[in-house]
Amino acid sequence: MAVLSEAAHRRIGEFVAKYPERRSALLPALHVAQNEVGWLTREAMEEVAVILDLDWDQVEEVASFYTMYYKQPVGTYVLEVCKTLPCSILGADEMIDYISQKLGIAPGETTADGMFTLFRVECLAACHRAPVMQVNHRYFQNLTQEKVDALIEAARQQQLRTGGVPGLTVRRSHPDLIETER
Amino acid sequence: MDRILFKHVDVPDINRLPVYVENGGYSGLRKALTEMQPEEVTQVVMDSGLAGRGGAAFPTGRKWSFIPKGVLPTYLAVNADESEPGAFKDRELMERNPHQLLEGVAISAYAVRAEKAFIYIRGEFLYIEEILNAAVAEAYAGGYLGTNLFGTATSIDIVIHRGAGAYICGEESAMLDSLEGYRGFPRLKPPFPAVKGAYGQPTVINNVETLANVSHIVNNGAEWFRSFGTEKSPGTKICSVSGPVNRPGNYEVNMGTPFRTLLEDMAGGLVEGKKLKAYIPGGASAPMLPGTEANMEIPLSYEGYAAAGSAFGSASFIIIPDDACIIRAQLRISEFFAHESCGKCIPCREGTPWLAKTVRRIENGEGRQEDLPLLLDICDNILGRAFCPLGDFATSNIVASIKYFYDEYEQHILQRGCPYHSAASAVA
Ligand SMILES: Cc1cc2nc3c(=O)[nH]c(=O)nc-3n(C[C@H](O)[C@H](O)[C@H](O)COP(=O)(O)O)c2cc1C
Ligand code: FES
Repeated sequence: MAVLSEAAHRRIGEFVAKYPERRSALLPALHVAQNEVGWLTREAMEEVAVILDLDWDQVEEVASFYTMYYKQPVGTYVLEVCKTLPCSILGADEMIDYISQKLGIAPGETTADGMFTLFRVECLAACHRAPVMQVNHRYFQNLTQEKVDALIEAARQQQLRTGGVPGLTVRRSHPDLIETER
Repeated sequence: MDRILFKHVDVPDINRLPVYVENGGYSGLRKALTEMQPEEVTQVVMDSGLAGRGGAAFPTGRKWSFIPKGVLPTYLAVNADESEPGAFKDRELMERNPHQLLEGVAISAYAVRAEKAFIYIRGEFLYIEEILNAAVAEAYAGGYLGTNLFGTATSIDIVIHRGAGAYICGEESAMLDSLEGYRGFPRLKPPFPAVKGAYGQPTVINNVETLANVSHIVNNGAEWFRSFGTEKSPGTKICSVSGPVNRPGNYEVNMGTPFRTLLEDMAGGLVEGKKLKAYIPGGASAPMLPGTEANMEIPLSYEGYAAAGSAFGSASFIIIPDDACIIRAQLRISEFFAHESCGKCIPCREGTPWLAKTVRRIENGEGRQEDLPLLLDICDNILGRAFCPLGDFATSNIVASIKYFYDEYEQHILQRGCPYHSAASAVA
């Protein structure tokens, strides 16, 4: 049974048309699949494999190499906080501790209500706006405890209203969410 | 202010095609396509002395001249992976003036007779993908991309390709593997990409900043470009400054400007109460330098930092203040390389986690005297023995931090702990 929508199939088809070889659409296709399903389930990867004329294990091998593809379920909001040197000098370690305590989870874990996942990640090319995180791959920069509080609160509110769509794009879907300067 | 790349950055809506064109945009592309042969474009870029801004500073025109004649199709791949810790310049170039990059890409594609160019952006640059796609759509609609440009036989397509999180994909051949839908593993060279690159065809790979210069060189000539910078490093350079300074950010400098001007005048100096302990000039892969008066005067150029025993690289300046622990800083650097080692070759795959583990032990107060020679020994066994430069990069700051801050390592080992941090906060 198909797990990807027709729109996802169309989108992947558009990517395929851009490249000299079909397989080049694999990374974009996995982004599309993950956006829809929330993480890369075996079913989702199998469907991508069929679209691109690949074997499932060829897809899995690639998916497992790249950090942005989730190989396990993640929360509705994935908080990826940078821990690399420039951010670390400017308080990233303390910020990660703060978020971790606030959510009651260690890095790598998901809250019991399935709302938040916390990861420590490497440099996000935003070192001048440290500390920095991405939430569902959108930048939130110059983090302070207040900003984090507001973000988590806004996310909880939004979750109540939308019923929790996995892989929701935070910035687009809700204007109340504080979007710090890029 | 001598600015080339950031000259128009404050013009409102410069990211929109009409505003870009009003400010002289796409005149370089028109000139190249209607008045110049591809070889003439390559020649002017060669004469300008433009060198790669991705780190290695290879002469750009020369790289283009390696593309064999008559082997078609050829490709241009733009390196926008920007994953070196401390680097965030390409991001701003793309975010604020996307058409400047697209124009440079189109001209460069013409120079190497490529009808298709790929811009490989790092996976986390989701919003950059949107900005570039919007600009590409505008450029097609405006007749600056597509077929029979300016009524000539030339056609150029640009495809934006977004990765998915892997520093190694900034290494040019790994980038090609990733573009083709594989794991990002570096390829054996030779054959070099100019002979056998993307899809087995001749391919030129250049950094975003490198190519953003090209329209200006075509418009104003090689002599004009050489009026910026130094004899050996013509042009300007975007320097990223991060750490506890008053105005962290990107600054375009004339090559040869002293580091002091960048740090104190442009970035506003260190925040109150902090002093410079050390700095890294070229991102995490470049050796750190202690914050001495002499090191404040180093001219911002490839030759300037090479002479000082470090590397200008991508000009990513990480400022380390006096209240920061060098061992902790080194731990974060070593963790980065251990995480990003792609696993293809053994010295790097096995060596980088070993380095991180050993530095962590010292930071946590469990270090032993033998750990310092051990670290250097591991470095010896990686340096020059890894499949690609990532392994070498992982060693450069270990060696430099031990060289310049030996006492601080010793203090950690003898006192069985970090004078700056609690052990708990170092956990991986
Ligand atoms: C591990 C590694 C990472 C690299 N990362 C980047 C990068 O993020 N961006 C970049 O432009 N070049 C990067 N490079 C350098 C590229 O391999 C290549 O030299 C460069 O893109 C060539 O373009 P240029 O001549 O215009 O500088 C990296 C090299 C290595 C070995
Ligand atoms: S170190 Fe955090 S964004 Fe670069």
